[in-house]
Amino acid sequence: MREKDRLARFEQTILPHLDAAYNLARWLTRDEHDAEDMVQEAYLRAFKFFNAFRGVDGRAWLLTIVRNTCYTWLQQNRAHEITTMFDEEIHSVDSDASNPATLALQSADQQILREALDELPVEFREVVVLRDLEGFSYKEIADIVNIPTGTVMSRLARARERLKQLLCNRGDLA
Amino acid sequence: MNCKDAQNLINGYVDGELDLVRNLEIEHHLQECALCSQGYKNHQVLRNGIKTGPFYFKAPVDLQRRIQLSLRKAAKAEAGPRVLPKWWLTIAAPMAAAAIVVLALVPFLRGPSADDLLAGEVISSHVRSLMATHLADVPSSDQHTVKPWFAGKLNFSPPVEDLARQGFPLIGGRLDYVDNRPVAALIYQRQKHFINLFIWPSGSDSDVGTKTVSRQGYNLFYWTKSGMTYWAASDLNSAELQEFVQLVQNQTSPKS
Repeated sequence: MREKDRLARFEQTILPHLDAAYNLARWLTRDEHDAEDMVQEAYLRAFKFFNAFRGVDGRAWLLTIVRNTCYTWLQQNRAHEITTMFDEEIHSVDSDASNPATLALQSADQQILREALDELPVEFREVVVLRDLEGFSYKEIADIVNIPTGTVMSRLARARERLKQLLCNRGDLA
Repeated sequence: MNCKDAQNLINGYVDGELDLVRNLEIEHHLQECALCSQGYKNHQVLRNGIKTGPFYFKAPVDLQRRIQLSLRKAAKAEAGPRVLPKWWLTIAAPMAAAAIVVLALVPFLRGPSADDLLAGEVISSHVRSLMATHLADVPSSDQHTVKPWFAGKLNFSPPVEDLARQGFPLIGGRLDYVDNRPVAALIYQRQKHFINLFIWPSGSDSDVGTKTVSRQGYNLFYWTKSGMTYWAASDLNSAELQEFVQLVQNQTSPKS
């Protein structure tokens, strides 16, 4: 394919997903400037490997590249963030259903929720972003993150349990 | 369904990822159990809070323009400069020849990345088939039941052989979707391990030798033979899976 046609087709299929790319990069890096750099780099990479794109879901394909770009960067610049995994034993989903407090979100809680999301380990933050902000299915998330579908579900469960705990604790203090 | 089951499945339920039967079961449980029902409401509150909150970061306005600029540059760099002085041709001709060789190699160089994507897809399909209690659409150890079942569902006829005598009994067949197309999935068993053998037409006559890769604890073997692409996926150890692969390859050889 001629370079010009390739570029035109790339801009038509992949460029419209810029917001999704930036949103993911922003949540993974937690910094707006780093996020912009990541997105730029990811787009160049995507263009380079555009021939490998099979033409189904441009957004999922692009986000896979954005995620990999961000992880490479995190490994080089903030390795501690990806090595501090949630300890499954310590943070195992506590049977909150045995005594569930009533959760009610007010607009004032949005700040707390944002901070709680920011504080989640990156592996858990990304599944919440891909599921609740991007609306991907478990299968699509599994492909983007390159983990089994069952792991998508367990990470989401643990992430949400953690968020609920943080919000409920805040409720108790108020 | 008890509370423990419900808690395990509640995320799948909230996300609309459960099959119909589980969905009905959990709905039934939520009607009866006040505690789980409260837990479910909390889930919804949290999820709506995230979804409707101001948490989606939109790209800055000039980012698109900057990306387009750098893309243009990249495209230009790959296409090469257009106007050249004539003397340059003496150098350009051999360079062009070299470029053609490189370009011809590009599909082969990029091969692994396409295979990587496919490997991910195959593993997902394999895992999904074991998760959803939907291993086989046509559970049968009889190759003469399984093979005709695919007729009318696929525009090709996959070779189906029972390998029970060799220690890999056929469990059944399933319609699956890999590489953007419907494919045949044959399920074999080795003791407690299942093997998914995915088959679809390769679209070319040339055979490709067997390659293997392991990921996430699964072993994959794939090859192309007599116009068909095969991917075998299992958590079985590599040696035994290779034995299986050789059996399949021998069965699908043209009988001499």
